[in-house]
Amino acid sequence: MKIIVCMKQVPDTNEVKLDPVTGTLIRDGIPSIINHDDKAGLEAALCLKDQYGAHVTVLTMGPPQADKALREALAMGADRAILLTDRRFAGADTWATSLTLASAIRKMDYDLIIAGRQAIDGDTAQVGPQIAEKLSIPQVSYVEDLEVEAGQASIIVKRIFEEGYHRIRVKFPCLITTLAEMNTPRYMSVGGIMAAYNEKQVETWTLDQLDMNPDHAGLKGSPTKVRKSFTKAPKAPGKKFNTEPDAAARLILDALKERFIVE
Amino acid sequence: MNFSLSKEHEMLRELYRSFTVQEVKPLAEEIDEEERFPVETVEKLARYGFMGIPFPKELGGSGAGNLAYAMAVEELSKACGTTGVIVSAHTSLCAAPIYEFGTEAQKLKYLPPLAKGEKIGAFGLTEANAGTDASAQQTKAVLQGDHYVLNGSKIFITNAGHADTYIVMAMTDKAAGTRGISAFIVERGFPGFSIGKKEKKMGIRGSSTCELIFENCIVPKENLLGKEGQGFKIAMKTLDGGRIGIAAQALGIAQGAIDETVKYVKERKQFNRPISAFQNTQFELAGMQTKVDAARLLVYRAATLKEAGASYATEAAMAKLYASEVAMEVTTKAVQLHGGYGYTREYGIERMMRDAKITEIYEGTSEVQKMVISSAMLK
Repeated sequence: MKIIVCMKQVPDTNEVKLDPVTGTLIRDGIPSIINHDDKAGLEAALCLKDQYGAHVTVLTMGPPQADKALREALAMGADRAILLTDRRFAGADTWATSLTLASAIRKMDYDLIIAGRQAIDGDTAQVGPQIAEKLSIPQVSYVEDLEVEAGQASIIVKRIFEEGYHRIRVKFPCLITTLAEMNTPRYMSVGGIMAAYNEKQVETWTLDQLDMNPDHAGLKGSPTKVRKSFTKAPKAPGKKFNTEPDAAARLILDALKERFIVE
Repeated sequence: MNFSLSKEHEMLRELYRSFTVQEVKPLAEEIDEEERFPVETVEKLARYGFMGIPFPKELGGSGAGNLAYAMAVEELSKACGTTGVIVSAHTSLCAAPIYEFGTEAQKLKYLPPLAKGEKIGAFGLTEANAGTDASAQQTKAVLQGDHYVLNGSKIFITNAGHADTYIVMAMTDKAAGTRGISAFIVERGFPGFSIGKKEKKMGIRGSSTCELIFENCIVPKENLLGKEGQGFKIAMKTLDGGRIGIAAQALGIAQGAIDETVKYVKERKQFNRPISAFQNTQFELAGMQTKVDAARLLVYRAATLKEAGASYATEAAMAKLYASEVAMEVTTKAVQLHGGYGYTREYGIERMMRDAKITEIYEGTSEVQKMVISSAMLK
């Protein structure tokens, strides 16, 4: 079984700040981590490696610093790591990103592609599904559990949605997007870290190594144009009352009446 | 001279920190209170390669070297001195002498299960009447055909109640003094070997410190470590390495106490200000952190020298002497900065102060370290 895990290195915070002038994310001084949903996907892949001896490749597109996220994945037990890095990839929206990732994946053998549901810095949840569209393979998003069927040619996944869940059988090759709630990722191991820096390597691929139209990469290939981005103005502080439930209910009711929300 | 860590070491430290915060810190208070050996933590330490950090991968280790090992003990000890010494005694006092002095057969048999953490190691030198004066050993080993017969007892043995493999010193030739001491690899379950009384201690209360009892204990001849009469040398060399581990433990306890104190002084208010706003607090913290940084440099230097295969005994003694004294001083001040709350068990600071004290005593008291350091200066 061959698995490709698509990961993104993101700033370690839910409080992403935007530069008010350029509208880009401010990353300085914020440590980078593997995006939570992606790390759960990696853990799911490594569990399949433990159980079935699957071969796990981790793939990311990003700046050279993303090397560290890939080494971390190797230290957790991934077999191969590929970094797609090129100045011409910069500024990509989800369309250009998924096209670039799909172009890299076309050069590899795979049964299963795992991508995290969404990145904590962009929150689009588009890249995984778009990769599947571009590769013309089936996809199941929002996966919280999976089991491999006998014969190792298909999986049954638990797909979460608001009112409940679906159990879906899907044949290989396919793509799933995973939720952070799916599992608790393992730690790196001491020996794994040593191997990640000494025995294993991170392969670096540039645009020249991909079979895609260079005009479709990066900012140039991105149909999405950010016109303006802004940080929401802080709200005025609320009022706090420490009082008995009855009196509190009256206070709330009065406040709502005052604003003509209730009569 | 290079003061920056390699990328591997940076990543190892990230691993050690997240493991300590998520797995070690939540249990620290409980295992102290209940004087309980944290079996579940040791299983996890084993799974992630913490029980054989400096040993080669071919022998089941992590192949990460002595600095990586010292850093692990440091980070674990930030939250729990007990967990730090479990790893230190296991690695430095049991697995290391087998790796350094064992025959190929002994290494292949004993090292992989120790380095993988499937088995836990301990070291028996101290006796009721042979502490700093290790030459006053009473435990005897007599060769009878294909085995030795051991009689006597050892006290204060770290990990004793949970270990599987023990390095034990015993006299094979009383008349030869220290040159009559030999080292043996003893397995739990050898006939005539039993574990005695468990000590009730001031600190590191989760670590299992017990007596070892040998009553006509049968040890196969091939379990002699090194040659007959080399036991004292092996013990001293082993303790040289062990001191790096204990120095790292002291360093970790001290840094852990500072980290807790920094959080506390920003929250605690007196006279309508956080106590961090008072110059006394600021100056105390500055002095504490400077000393801990100095201790860290001594510990890392000793570990780096050992890794490079250079002589390191004096440097290890300096690291252990200084780091342990700094740990005692810093934890005492940390309790003082916490005031009355520091004296209660609520904040864990008093535990750090209790845990720190042992680092000035075991694996050679501060006085022994001064003997080691000065004898190198005056020879």
